[in-house]
Amino acid sequence: MKGYQRKLDIRNGCVDLSHGSGGRAMAQLISGLFHEAFGNEWLARGNDQSAFDVGAGRMVMTTDGYVVSPLFFPGGNIGSLAVHGTVNDIAMAGARPLYLSASFIIEEGFRFADLKLIAESMGEAARTAGVHIITGDTKVVERGKADGLFISTAGVGVVPDGLDLSAENARVGDRVLISGTLGDHGVAIMSKRQNLAFETEIVSDSASLHDLVAEMVKAGGRGIRLMRDPTRGGLAATMNEIAQQSDLGFRLHEEAIPVKPGVAAACELLGLDPLHVANEGKLVAIVAPEVADAVLTAMQAHPLGRDVADIGEAVADDHHFVQMATSFVGGRIVDWLSGEQLPRIC
Amino acid sequence: MKYADEFRDKEIALGLAKAIRAEAHPERPYRFMEFCGGHTHAISRYGLEDMLPKHVLMIHGPGCPVCVLPAGRIDMAIRLAARPEIILCVYGDLMRVPGSQGASLLKAKARGADIRMVYSTIDAIRIAEENPEREVVFFAIGFETTTPPTAVMIRLAEKKQLENFSVFCNHVLTPPAMQNILESPDIRNIGRVEIDGFVGPAHVSTIIGTAPYEFFAEEFGKPVVIAGFEPLDMMQAILMLMRQVNENRHEVENQYSRAVTRDGNLRAKEEVSDIFELRDQFEWRGLGQVPYSGLKLKRAYAKYDAEVRFEMNELRVDDNPACECGAILRGVKKPVDCKLFGTVCTPETPMGSCMVSSEGACAAHWTYGRFRDHQQRRAS
Repeated sequence: MKGYQRKLDIRNGCVDLSHGSGGRAMAQLISGLFHEAFGNEWLARGNDQSAFDVGAGRMVMTTDGYVVSPLFFPGGNIGSLAVHGTVNDIAMAGARPLYLSASFIIEEGFRFADLKLIAESMGEAARTAGVHIITGDTKVVERGKADGLFISTAGVGVVPDGLDLSAENARVGDRVLISGTLGDHGVAIMSKRQNLAFETEIVSDSASLHDLVAEMVKAGGRGIRLMRDPTRGGLAATMNEIAQQSDLGFRLHEEAIPVKPGVAAACELLGLDPLHVANEGKLVAIVAPEVADAVLTAMQAHPLGRDVADIGEAVADDHHFVQMATSFVGGRIVDWLSGEQLPRIC
Repeated sequence: MKYADEFRDKEIALGLAKAIRAEAHPERPYRFMEFCGGHTHAISRYGLEDMLPKHVLMIHGPGCPVCVLPAGRIDMAIRLAARPEIILCVYGDLMRVPGSQGASLLKAKARGADIRMVYSTIDAIRIAEENPEREVVFFAIGFETTTPPTAVMIRLAEKKQLENFSVFCNHVLTPPAMQNILESPDIRNIGRVEIDGFVGPAHVSTIIGTAPYEFFAEEFGKPVVIAGFEPLDMMQAILMLMRQVNENRHEVENQYSRAVTRDGNLRAKEEVSDIFELRDQFEWRGLGQVPYSGLKLKRAYAKYDAEVRFEMNELRVDDNPACECGAILRGVKKPVDCKLFGTVCTPETPMGSCMVSSEGACAAHWTYGRFRDHQQRRAS
């Protein structure tokens, strides 16, 4: 006789320590909630790992942890963010993302209903991106030992032949393209934390960028030197990293840098610089001047690159300064963020 | 962005820059001190130095409340927060301010002290209500602008009959510090740096008005122009100061008339004088002891005064002897003249006051302007 097991009470129930203990409760949580949301042939086989075929060419691998607070924010939640963030780290190599892993550290008392929403939006984000979450892990810790839920992921993808994007590849004269408006994600999170009401709600830009990247690679080929997604530390950190790694400097034009009026206003109010604020659906591309126009046009044609802007150029500079002509008249440095502007943004 | 973009207009800025060039006599220097960190930040953030003739010099004053807080007060707060019953509520920009021997509130928090970052005084009241078994102390800091909210908070605590709430008061006053700068021997006797006029505080003046500077302009014969924090405000104020200098006037003029009146905010001033009184003296990092420059709670409100309530002892800590903040704050030296600047002293590991907050002279130069040092070196 098959043992009876009460169904998970998703509506009213919550995670308890037994859901992480390796027993029947854990098996039920995994099959009833996660498999349901991620549903694919690999998970269905129920192994401790998943096997997949490896094609020809070079693979990329990345890993990431998500501790965002609050877990739900305008434009997404920790689940969709975890997929987008991992997919984007793979995509920045010009690669096509294939498979993800997801590990959940859940605090005792976490509501099933919230966990389901998060898992479902992870599944949804993965399906939209054409990737599969093929292996995972669940741990439950005592109340107060994790702030609700932490997710860590790994991802693998495959790089098209002949493409080698890397942060040391920038050359003097290269153009700097940014795929859209800056600071949306950080301000969306911040507005939720501070209960700041703006006339128009600011929504996180969290999105998977690999499709946009594929279009860019088609248009620019080897003329694309490198890409980065400016997450924590914002555009400022990304540009400084590239300047150091490529042993040069940058000159940016503030007027060319796209920032939504609502984001600019919120930053003004909170004393933040939009160039330091995190993005989760934007990329910076350093491209050879001869392909810049073609890449720009290709980006404009893609929904995630509609607001693309050419914001500056790489210059020779032993000091690796990222300089900016301000929209006023004078010049200034765009420096690394010092200290913690917005902890737990992703 | 309405009410901000209008004051950042490039065309108007170019017009003002032209007027400034026309007003500047080539044979004399113009040395103006902007007192406020907000002005220092605007100068650096918008690259205003690039728009001024070489002989119109801006000297960055001590008007950054985080910067001038002495290390001893930070040590006092750290010692207080180490007590298990205490929840210390602070503004985020205080977390990295260096105390003695590399200590900071951020490090104290990492070691287990219950220190919470708040965004407004109301947050501290809420935390006190939520934790009736704990003692909640608000680390109050700032010039005349932030004193009224602290006063309102004490009133609120009184009304709510909160028995577990108090304030560690570090509020300071602007006019005594301006006076101290002009009276210091570096400026008056040695005469190494002459200040030809002051760009007066923006937000502070919305509270105290323009009247308190009148004595100052008269007594020291220095023009004062109260200015807003937007770049065009700054440019216009510089032009107004140059005109006063050229016409040999020393008056208080109000560029920031959209927010500042002669008498200021009477209601706020009343609240403050009801609850606070002057300290005989208060230490400023970089300036030392400045008479009648700080506030404390009146005896009637002693139960809200953390220094009384927890019998906090005054701690004095000497600044690093190699640190030139004192001379920089007085305009005698520039950040690059300091041996520590950009070597052991950076925004990540600030040694002196001017590097602590983005409004400090050294931090602003490091963050926004240091490329100019290399340009100059290359040119010479």
